[in-house]
Amino acid sequence: MKPKASALFLARSLYRKRRLSDAAKLLPIFGAVLLLLPLLWVHQSAPERSSTATNWVYLFIVWSFLILAAACLAKSLNKFEDGNDQALAENVSGRTPKSGRPDAF
Amino acid sequence: MPFNLLILACFIYVLLLFMVAFWVERRAVIGQAKWLKSPLVYTLSLSIYCTAWTFYGAVGYASRSGLEFLTIYLGPTLVFVGWLWFLRKLVRIGRVQGVTSIADLISSRFGKSNLLGVIVTLICVVAATPYIALQLQSVTSSFSVLAGTLTKGWEQPDTASIAFWVAVGLAVFTVLFGTRNLDAKEQHPGIVTAIAVEAIVKLIALLAVGIFVVWGMADGPMDVFERLQRADIAGWEIKPSRWAGLTFLAAAAVITLPRMFQVMVVENDNEKHLATASWAFPLYLMLMSLFVMPIAVMGLDMMPAHANPDLFVLTLPLSQGQNALAMLAFLGGFSSATSMVIVASIALATMVSNHIVMPIWLRLRSSTSQNTDLRGSILLARRCSIAAILALGYGYYELSGGSSALAAIGLISFMGVAQILPSLLGGIFWRGATKLGAALGLSIGIVVWAYTLFLPSFGPDEALSAAIMFNGPFGLYWLRPQTLFGITGLDPLMHSLFWSFFFNITAFFLGSLLSFPNPVERLQSAAFVNVFEEDVPNPSRWAQGLGEPESLLIMAQRVLGDEVALSFFSAAAGAQGKVGFLPDTTPRFVEQLERRFAGAVGAATAHAMLSQLAGGKSVSVEDLMAVADEAAQNLVYSQRLENNQHELTRATRALREANSKLTQLSVQKDAFLSQVSHELRTPMTSIRAFSEILMTVDLPSETVLKYATIIDTEGARLTRLLDDLLDLSVLQSGAVRLDLQMVKVQDLIERALIAASQTCPERVFLINRNLAYEQIFIKSDGDRLVQVFINLVSNARKYCSAKLPELAISVGQKGGHLMIDFIDNGNGISVEKQELIFEKFARLTDESKAGGAGLGLAICREVLSNLAGRIEYLPGKGGTAFRVTVPLYFPAPKD
Repeated sequence: MKPKASALFLARSLYRKRRLSDAAKLLPIFGAVLLLLPLLWVHQSAPERSSTATNWVYLFIVWSFLILAAACLAKSLNKFEDGNDQALAENVSGRTPKSGRPDAF
Repeated sequence: MPFNLLILACFIYVLLLFMVAFWVERRAVIGQAKWLKSPLVYTLSLSIYCTAWTFYGAVGYASRSGLEFLTIYLGPTLVFVGWLWFLRKLVRIGRVQGVTSIADLISSRFGKSNLLGVIVTLICVVAATPYIALQLQSVTSSFSVLAGTLTKGWEQPDTASIAFWVAVGLAVFTVLFGTRNLDAKEQHPGIVTAIAVEAIVKLIALLAVGIFVVWGMADGPMDVFERLQRADIAGWEIKPSRWAGLTFLAAAAVITLPRMFQVMVVENDNEKHLATASWAFPLYLMLMSLFVMPIAVMGLDMMPAHANPDLFVLTLPLSQGQNALAMLAFLGGFSSATSMVIVASIALATMVSNHIVMPIWLRLRSSTSQNTDLRGSILLARRCSIAAILALGYGYYELSGGSSALAAIGLISFMGVAQILPSLLGGIFWRGATKLGAALGLSIGIVVWAYTLFLPSFGPDEALSAAIMFNGPFGLYWLRPQTLFGITGLDPLMHSLFWSFFFNITAFFLGSLLSFPNPVERLQSAAFVNVFEEDVPNPSRWAQGLGEPESLLIMAQRVLGDEVALSFFSAAAGAQGKVGFLPDTTPRFVEQLERRFAGAVGAATAHAMLSQLAGGKSVSVEDLMAVADEAAQNLVYSQRLENNQHELTRATRALREANSKLTQLSVQKDAFLSQVSHELRTPMTSIRAFSEILMTVDLPSETVLKYATIIDTEGARLTRLLDDLLDLSVLQSGAVRLDLQMVKVQDLIERALIAASQTCPERVFLINRNLAYEQIFIKSDGDRLVQVFINLVSNARKYCSAKLPELAISVGQKGGHLMIDFIDNGNGISVEKQELIFEKFARLTDESKAGGAGLGLAICREVLSNLAGRIEYLPGKGGTAFRVTVPLYFPAPKD
């Protein structure tokens, strides 16, 4: 990373952490969409009588992906958290950060 | 496999759990259980989500409805993966507010209302009872499968008695480890670890069966895949409404199930564990369901058509002659059933005792007994509740006769507890949610659930008459339970889910919008919704001036127990910059105390008890203004200023106290100097007078002897005084030589009692001791300790004012320290003098009566500080009470 770029941004790690927790919050929504996806296939593939087997494989792949993604996010969040507990807590509570903080967005 | 062998296996398994739980509790008591508080144990304890319904039922479910069984595990996966949305906030609130159960959380959020606590408790009990019955049924049917298929039939086990004895055994285990003590936070390390062990057992068992089925019976995964494509369930279609609805239902249930709430929120020790559980718990769920489909497919392929698919996990290995594997599977099922029952009954018992039994009990007894130890009654209430809940579960099992109706109960039970979800989420995210809204939502939701799902689930003419089932109540066709308002196309479960949530949420919102919260409610809503915001004013919930610290201490001792209450009070006093056991009753302190109480008896009861002391006035206008939205912004600054001012006031007070102490000390010192001069001079005068007589006059020898004796006695008195002074200065300089040995506490106390009996020998004291507790060896300087004890006992003998004097000597241990209390039944020492008694030359009574120079307690204090211990005055014990604390092993262990 170029030193020039980092000079433009205050509290880079705090910003990174906020985006990480955004990602962690989006993950279940994304997961829910993926898990509901088989509903859309049903009507087209019904005659082949193979939906159970393929769906089974599909669901377990999505499941493993969710677990992996959650593990990565949890690891990096924990790493950040050791540094600064406070800022994340504010972010998690869903309030917009108050003005006067240059790193808010 | 003989029936007796099965019983033996179960017995050994349960014994193992007992040992694990017992060992862990022991470690936790001495504070050496760090690894127990790891994220791994936390995650494994969450696995009580997987009950026997998962272990056996999932395969049956998959055989009947294909992939639909996965929704039960995908819902919780989404909730945990999205832990930042709900779980994190729940856990934080649980920790901050000292929440003991989900009923407690709801009651505490909505103004510590006990009514809501009662409603939630009832919902949970109604929903969990059939579920407990289901676990008992799973144990008995697995018993009869395993024993029945392998014996010739004449040794058929008596299933009813199995269920009975399993219920009794579980009650004993739960009472033993679930109600050992009243903790501040209702945590049970022993049980949590036992649950974690069970989690491993059931996972290994199911994986073992799965691996055997895939690689032992079929030819690997591809073969299973082929069979799956050919099997009947291959054509099963996902029903969109059920797929989405069940995923939602499972997601709701994993948050609201009392047993999940217990392990997830109440037993949580560190918020970071949640981050690990966010992926590790879904992983556990995935592993648990990995082989469900293969087992179901192979079961349908290989087993006879009439075989019960719910028991494929057992019958498949048995059909292949794999008895050991079947035994492992049996133990897995057994552990899933037992762990669920244990945690569920603890969680329910806490609710029942905190929200139903204790309020009634306190109301009945409030006027009569003020001095009884409440902890005994609370524990008794818990134990009875556990027994009652298991009895309910067993009774339900007996009544339903282990019928197939039980098998469907899992989802029905989920939906019952899920009715708590709107109030829970509304409570932690919406400031406007009120008590009335929550009460309406909860009650309407549960009534609709019971009417549309629970009661019809027994079948026509069981709980609801067939007439109502098919024609509606009073012939109102549109009120038929399973097709409310004429909506017919829906699956009964989805029908009930839709209508119960529709009415629940509507009532919750309307009730909240139209009602007005009371003061406590408004404060609590701010505290819950803004739990993560540090810079919002967090006003205390108590007005200034709540009773005397001593009366609070006495109440705390009743609820929390002597030791806990004393250490809590002394820590609070320390935080306020004071010494001793009595802090100022600032609003902040009373609030902390209330949370501590809430951990033992629940928020509603705790609030009621403290309000009684405060005379019902608990919220001040300023506090209310501070949470009112409009005023909040402006008040942040003034709140800070006020806080600073409080700090200043406290510092000033501390300075003033120090100053007055110094002045008093100076006065004392002057008094002492004159005292010492006096003490030195009186014997000196007589020595000089008599020696002059001896020098000048020729006296008869007996008179010489008499005078010489007087000179000698006076000399000895002088020496004693000088010895004391010297001793004190040596002790203070720290140059004292300690004679460290292993000594027995009983011997020390005995020596002290004998030596001190020389003081005021005419007074007869009743000494109360508990010899069993005195059988401890400590490494310390025995002679010095005896010196301290003699001093305390002689003081009691000298100053105790009671007509029938008593002295209680009690010995206890805590955190590597030995504590010995000397408590007499005299008048005690007033608060302002308690601070002075350890100073040199302090004497409270007339000096003539005391006879010493006032150095005794000062020497005691110095001796103990040399022995890395301390001596303190214990308030609130009735008479004069001193506590001596010394490390068990000198030098003291580092904290």
